Amino acid sequence: MPQLSCKKLCLGYDGREIVHNLNFSVEKGDYLIIIGENGSGKTTLMKTILGLQPPVRGKVETDDKLKKNGIGYLPQQNMVQRDFPASVWEIVLSGCQNKKSFHPFYSKKDKELAEENIKKLGLTDMKKRCYRELSGGQQQRVLLARALCAASDILLLDEPVTGLDPKVTEELYSIIDELNKKYGITIIMISHDVNAAVKYSDKILYIGDETFFGTKQEYIESDISSAFKKEEKNG
Amino acid sequence: MAELISKLTLYMSYPFVWYAVIVGVLIALCSSLLGVTLVLKRFSFIGDGLSHVAFGAMAIAAVLNLSNNIFFVLAVTVICAILLLRTGRNTKIKGDASIAMISVGALAVGYLLMNIFSTSSNLSGDVCSTLFGSTSILTLTGVEVWVCAVLSILVVAVFIIFYNKIFAVTFDESFAEAVGTHTGFYNLLIAIIIAFIIVIAMNLVGSLLISALVIFPALSAMRVFKSFKSVTICSACIAVFCSLFGIIISIMFSAPVGATIVAVDIFMFFVFMVLGKFCGKA
Ligand SMILES: Nc1ncnc2c1ncn2[C@@H]1O[C@H](COP(=O)(O)OP(=O)(O)OP(=O)(O)O)[C@@H](O)[C@H]1O
Ligand SMILES: [Mg+2]
Repeated sequence: MPQLSCKKLCLGYDGREIVHNLNFSVEKGDYLIIIGENGSGKTTLMKTILGLQPPVRGKVETDDKLKKNGIGYLPQQNMVQRDFPASVWEIVLSGCQNKKSFHPFYSKKDKELAEENIKKLGLTDMKKRCYRELSGGQQQRVLLARALCAASDILLLDEPVTGLDPKVTEELYSIIDELNKKYGITIIMISHDVNAAVKYSDKILYIGDETFFGTKQEYIESDISSAFKKEEKNG
Repeated sequence: MAELISKLTLYMSYPFVWYAVIVGVLIALCSSLLGVTLVLKRFSFIGDGLSHVAFGAMAIAAVLNLSNNIFFVLAVTVICAILLLRTGRNTKIKGDASIAMISVGALAVGYLLMNIFSTSSNLSGDVCSTLFGSTSILTLTGVEVWVCAVLSILVVAVFIIFYNKIFAVTFDESFAEAVGTHTGFYNLLIAIIIAFIIVIAMNLVGSLLISALVIFPALSAMRVFKSFKSVTICSACIAVFCSLFGIIISIMFSAPVGATIVAVDIFMFFVFMVLGKFCGKA
């Protein structure tokens, strides 16, 4: 049984459908990239998978083993209130909140994990700094470190490289690739970077007037890929 | 001046004055803990609405001549907290309107009830003290003192146990939900703690001034400190200092205790604002 599968899934808000009849499935260890134009419903799909938004019709089926304890999530925009007093360390550590049972305080292991992810994303110097005083790209890295703390089975990323400089973008792709290949963590990533999608992913889901789901090879050979590329160039 | 000090030492020689001071400080401490959450989570309007509900409940309790009115008020306020949270979730605009309706309605009905059924000879005095707190903290009865102390310690304990979850849910609710934290439960918990705080603090500062006790220490601390932990600790310290100072002043000058504490809080806010500007430049 696949780790996650959607059959005839319809997405939308307040009963108004945005995406119709979506069919796809993700196996453990897959690297899926979701592409599509602005407003096509990619973020909505991710929220539905996470259970933050009820589907209009259909169901997201998950493997019994995949409970919410192993999901890491990087939201598209941080909807965090602007004035919130929180240090980088506190935010990254809060990624360790998914536990099977209730623990009032973070364990030593949680702290080590947070420390490790802070180092991975080059945030060591900013550990004590206030989140709201960081640049957009730095904030993105903090939230990514938090997502990494939470992800032991599956990592959902909504446009993770937006606002990052080329060097960090490259590093980020290789971190994600390592998580996927070395630790077997399933990756579902929304991206507008089609080249990276083709380079790193196993499977591609295109959302638009027509949806496409298949392996990278199938995507490259399909009509949608050429049509979407042309549109990107014109737009 | 010497006269004032001798008055203070005279008061301090009575143990019941000490109890009152301790309770006052405990109340201020537990009110300040949820300040950041309240300010930033748009829960502050719920807090405001609930304090009016507590006033209405207090009036009903007075009319019914309930002996232990604090438990009645607590029950009503907690139920309203749950209801407000529910309606607030469903639809945003209706939620706001229903809060306004409940809070203003409770205020009006409460006053009306007190006016019609009150047997007290000093009606406006009663109303005034439910709205603005007892004129002196020393008028609290023994039972009230103990109940307040126990409830405050309970609130502090619950806050410490759930500190990390409260941070997670306040900072980014959708992330917390996505990774499997039961945000609904924690929102409910926060609302119930707020209800507790309101009922406890009502004895000290009255229902209209509660928000000040909750919000000012947090806002002051946020001027200077940048992490959630330091803001929380600092606002607790500010609250303790201000309430202690306020209570002493109110005893020395026979000033109303609630208003005095809030005045000290306001003063502290300006001090921290200046400090924040200074720190920001340095
Ligand atoms: N909370 C909401 N309520 C109602 N409609 C919404 C809501 N959020 C998004 N929409 C609508 O749903 C559609 C899909 O939005 P979504 O955010 O999923 O797009 P997206 O594919 O992630 O786009 P982008 O590439 O810009 O991130 C849009 O037309 C948008 O207007
Ligand atoms: Mg999006």
